[in-house]
Parts: sequence; structure tokens; C-alpha cells
Amino acid sequence: MGWSKEQMDEKEQLRKVKETARPTVGISILSVGTLLLIFSVALSISLGAADIDLKTVWTTIFRFNPDLVDHQIIWELRIPRVIGAAIVGSCFAVSGALMQGMTRNPLADSGLLGLNAGAAFMLALCFAFFPGLSYSYVILFSFLGAALGAGIVYGVGSLSENGLTPIRLVLAGAAVSALLGALSEGIALYYEIGQDLAFWYAGGVSGTTWGQLKVVTPWLCLALLGAIALSRSITILSLGEEVAIGLGERMGRVKLLSAIIILILAGAAVSVVGAVSFVGLIVPHLARRLVGHDYRWIIPASAMLGALLVVLADLTARIINPPYETPIGALIALIGVPFFLYLARKGGGHV
Amino acid sequence: MINKQSKTKSQLKKERQVKLTALLLFLMIALCFFISLNTGHIRLSPQETLSTLFGQGTEQQSLILFDFRLPRMVIAILVGMGLAVSGAVLQGIVRNPLAEPGIIGINAGAGLAVMLFISFFATVSDAPVFLMPIIAFVGAGGAALLVYLLSYKRHEGISPIRLVLTGIAIAAGIDALMIVLTLRLDPENYQFLATWIAGSIWGSNWKFVLALLPWLLVFMPLIYSKSSVLNILNLGDETAIGLGAHMEKERRILLALAVVVAAACVSVSGGIGFVGLIAPHLTRRLVGDKHEYIIPISAMVGGLLLLIADTLGRGMIQPSEIPAGIIVAVIGAPYFLYLLAKTKD
Repeated sequence: MGWSKEQMDEKEQLRKVKETARPTVGISILSVGTLLLIFSVALSISLGAADIDLKTVWTTIFRFNPDLVDHQIIWELRIPRVIGAAIVGSCFAVSGALMQGMTRNPLADSGLLGLNAGAAFMLALCFAFFPGLSYSYVILFSFLGAALGAGIVYGVGSLSENGLTPIRLVLAGAAVSALLGALSEGIALYYEIGQDLAFWYAGGVSGTTWGQLKVVTPWLCLALLGAIALSRSITILSLGEEVAIGLGERMGRVKLLSAIIILILAGAAVSVVGAVSFVGLIVPHLARRLVGHDYRWIIPASAMLGALLVVLADLTARIINPPYETPIGALIALIGVPFFLYLARKGGGHV
Repeated sequence: MINKQSKTKSQLKKERQVKLTALLLFLMIALCFFISLNTGHIRLSPQETLSTLFGQGTEQQSLILFDFRLPRMVIAILVGMGLAVSGAVLQGIVRNPLAEPGIIGINAGAGLAVMLFISFFATVSDAPVFLMPIIAFVGAGGAALLVYLLSYKRHEGISPIRLVLTGIAIAAGIDALMIVLTLRLDPENYQFLATWIAGSIWGSNWKFVLALLPWLLVFMPLIYSKSSVLNILNLGDETAIGLGAHMEKERRILLALAVVVAAACVSVSGGIGFVGLIAPHLTRRLVGDKHEYIIPISAMVGGLLLLIADTLGRGMIQPSEIPAGIIVAVIGAPYFLYLLAKTKD
């Protein structure tokens, strides 16, 4: 074959990672997950301010009658909402998995690294200056914002001598979030759009419409497929740059493609539900625990678990304290913070 | 012998330099003070200001000046001083140039406490305003304690990185809780709270000056008297331990002092970040690494900074006001990022 000794070592490392993968667990997550997801989606459609039995849900889907109020509620409010929750959950989780694999940073998450704050800032600008903008443009602004936030954080991190250490990225993310947050707050106070923005920013899928879903879904499907296509290269990148170069991986190209996919996923998700943090932090860790370190399994498993997490969080948010809606972003942060603390503590001073 | 003499000479030179810096800062504060007196929703010309100051203005003019503007400016300066000193102490004890009061949860804790307090009363105007600083103070202290406890490990004590990460996480958690509560507020209370959290000097009243001043008068000299301890801590753990095990105790006392001062400030000014970060840095550039100089000079820098921010916030977009905290964050965050890019862990 003509492999040199180092290349043999690198092959060996890759093989070891692949050996730790647990395809049976992966397949069961995907199949059991699908069943659970269908079940929770049905539950989520039927539960809420107006309780509707599952039979009505069934007839709405297959024999929609626009004259019935129940059918109206289900078709116009509940179904888009639950689909939105599932899609957004997958997006945040997969973007987190890609970031963690690519940067080898266990704390990577679109919320912690400034992407959400950037997208939110751009949306605040939209709300203030172009209140009637069509949704397709809003989404473009959201992508731009995510790119802006990520660009600054990444740029600052890589400017320093020691490079992109996890702690440096988290600090830069916090500062960029503070800066963009302060600017959004200033805009909100001046134009008196504070409470609208706060509700949206807090993260909620309640306002999801068919129109929004039609705009975001094509982007997201493409991005998710792209993520799966890149998963092998991400596994190699997660072994470190030297191994990746040894295995002949074109790092520049893989990194650029992953960055674009991450921006699309996070930007579109933020434009639908607002800045939800911690999904991208928690889910990939969980997935890695379950299926091993091969990203060909981590990415699909993350997509499934992320969808489940957000659908269930949204369901909880509605029934925990009716008739008020608890923002899911807040709910997930309350689960995510202890998890983050645990990771930070376990990593000691080095993370 | 010669060596010793030249040392004292350089010390003298240093002292002269510090005095000169202090004088310049004082003049700048005085200048900004005068400009700030003239700025605001109702403009007063310099002559009007002067004559009002000497008791010869109209009733309306003296009302604006003495009852609204002056107390607010005095509070801006005091808060700036307190936050800066607190930041200088924190940076000294965790030996991390990126530490600042906001990062140990003080702003978040105070915000949550104020928010709970307002939700408890029907509207802001019903609430006894005097309780507010006390409540905020308790919230700030509580959050700081929580961050300390969560980042403490037995046998290892507090590592700066763990402290910072824990602070970020706790702040995120408290923000989430606040968002849940925010959505139930009526619009009037919401507007008040949003402005408070953004760091607007809202206690523009002499009574708030009186509420804040004693804390600073008692604790800032105490911190100053610990300058030499800070100098030793700054040398690094090994040196500090070599000099005695009581360093850990001293560190804890200093941390408590920094928290108390910052909490008192935040309780009247709302969540203002980054002053405690920038002021000590600029000061170290100006006067070097000795805390005998850093503490008083950074107090002046902090006071000047917040006075400028508040004046800008009042004058930039008439008739709206931009909270000082937002202006400080817009200047401070890029500076933080610059530092982050420059320092080696």
C-alpha cells in the first residue's frame, strides 16, 4: 500500500475512533427517537390552552375542514409550531455538534459563541428600521448577523498568540454578546420595541407560521444534508489538525464548508425562535456519550435528540403555567446552566 | 550606595508622575463636570449655570441644577469610582486582567432582586423606592456568593478561569429566570426595569447620594490600606504562599470588600459593566503596577469615565436618553476584545 509509518498511526487513530462507535445504539436512537418524536408531536398538537383529542387531530390532518374552530387551531397554530420546534431543535443541535467537532472545544454552542447575539442584533435593526420587511429578507439579515457575531469572536480568538483556546472563545463570545446585546437594547429602548423584542429574544416557537416554515425549510434541509455529508471529515478534524493533514484531509475546504453550514443552521433557527442557547451545548455531549466519537453517528443522533428536546421543552413551556407561555429559551437555559457548570468544573482550569 | 540613591530618585520621579496624573485627571473631571451641568433636556448656558450655582438663577434653573442634575452627576462619579476600585481589586486577586465586577454575577443578581421586588408591587410608583438599593444590594451579594461557592474546589481554592466561567453561566441562568418573569410585567414596569438593567443612573436624588456615600467612605480606604497585600498577591501564588498561609484568608477578605463596594454601586446605578475592567487597565498604563497608586488613580479614571458616559447618554439623542451602561458597553466590549487578543492566558 505504501503508507509511511506516521500515516499508519493516523489510520490507527481513525480506526480506533470508528471502533468506539456504536451503530446499534445509533440505529436505536434514530428508530425509537422517530417513534417518540411522532408521539410527542401528537401530544403537543393536542395539548394546550384548548385541549383537543387525538381523533380530531387525525381528522384535521387528513380531512381538513376550515369551518371548524378546532381544525383551525390545529392547522394554523399548533402544527406549524410543533414542526418549527422540531426543526429548530435539530438545527441548534447539529450546529453545536459541528462546532464542537471542528474547534475541538467542548463549550462550543451558537449561543455562547456570539452567533445568536449577532442574529438577534440584526433582527433588532430590522424591527426598528424596516418593520414590514418580508420574512425571506429577515432571514437573510439573520444569517448576516450570525456571521458577524461568529466572525468577530473567531477573529479575536485567532489573533492572539496562544490561538483559539476554549476559554478564550467563551470570553470573546461573552464580550461580543454583551456588545451586540447593548446595541440591541439601545435600539429597543429608543424605538420602544423592547417588550416585543424581549419576547422574541427569549425564544418561543408560538409564533411560527406556515409562511416562515416554507422559507426556512429548504435552507435547513440543505444544511442538514451538508452536515451529514461532511460528517466523516469532521470526525477526522476532531482528531486534531496533524492527524487530519496526515490523512490527506483538505482542512481549509472542510472548515469553510462547515462554517457556512453552521451559519445557515444557527441563523435560520434564530430567525424562527429567537436566541435559544445551550441546545447546541447539551445535545452533542449527550449524543457522544450514547453513540461514541464518530461524527457519522453523532450528527444524525444530535438532529434527532435536538428535535425531541425542543419539542418536549415547548410542550412543558405551555403546560407548566397556563395560560402564560414560559419561553422555551429560558427553560432550556435553566437546564443548560448546571450542565455548563458541570463541564467547566470537570475540566478544572483547562476546560 | 549609588544604587540606593538612584532608586530613591526614580521613586521620587514616579511619585511626581503619579501626582501629575492625578492633577490632570482632576482637571478633566472638573471640565466634564461643568460641561455636564450644561447638558440635558433643558439646556442652560454656561453663564446661567454659573449664576445659578452662586444662587442667582431663576427658581426653575436652580431646581434643574440642584435637584436633578447635580445629584445624578455626583452619583455617576461615585459609582464609577466604586466600580473601578472593585475591578482593580478583583484583577489583583485573581491575577487575570479580564476580571471585573459584572463577571462575578453582581449585575445579574441585583437585576433579579429588583425585578422580583417590582413584580411584588403592582407598579413602580407604588413601591417604596428606598427599599430598592437594599434589595439590589442583597441580590448582588447573593449572586456573588453563589458564584464563589460554585467555583470553589477543595484543596485548589479558586481558579480564575473557573471563576469566570461560573460567573458567565450563573449570569446566563439568572437572565433566563428574569426573562420568564419579565413577560408578565405591565409595560410601565417593563420599561423601568429594562432601563435599570441597561445601567441608567436612575437614583438622581440627594438621598441616593447619602445612601451610597457611607459605603464608599468606609470601604475604599480599607481597600487602600490593603494595597501591599494586593501587590504580593499579584506576584503569583508561589510567592504569596511563601509569604504565609494567611494569603488565602486575605484574598477572601479582599474579594468580600470588592463585592460589597460593587454591589453598593450597582444598587443605585443598575447594571453597568466594563467600567471595572477598563479603568484599572488604563490606570496601570499610566502609573504602573503598584496598588498604592492604582487604587486612587483608577477611582478617578472610573469616575471620569462614567461621568462622560452619562453626559453623552443625556445629550446625544434629544429628548431620549441612552443609559450610561449601554455607552460604556459599546466602548468597553471592543476594549475587552482587544485585551483578549493581546494577552497570553
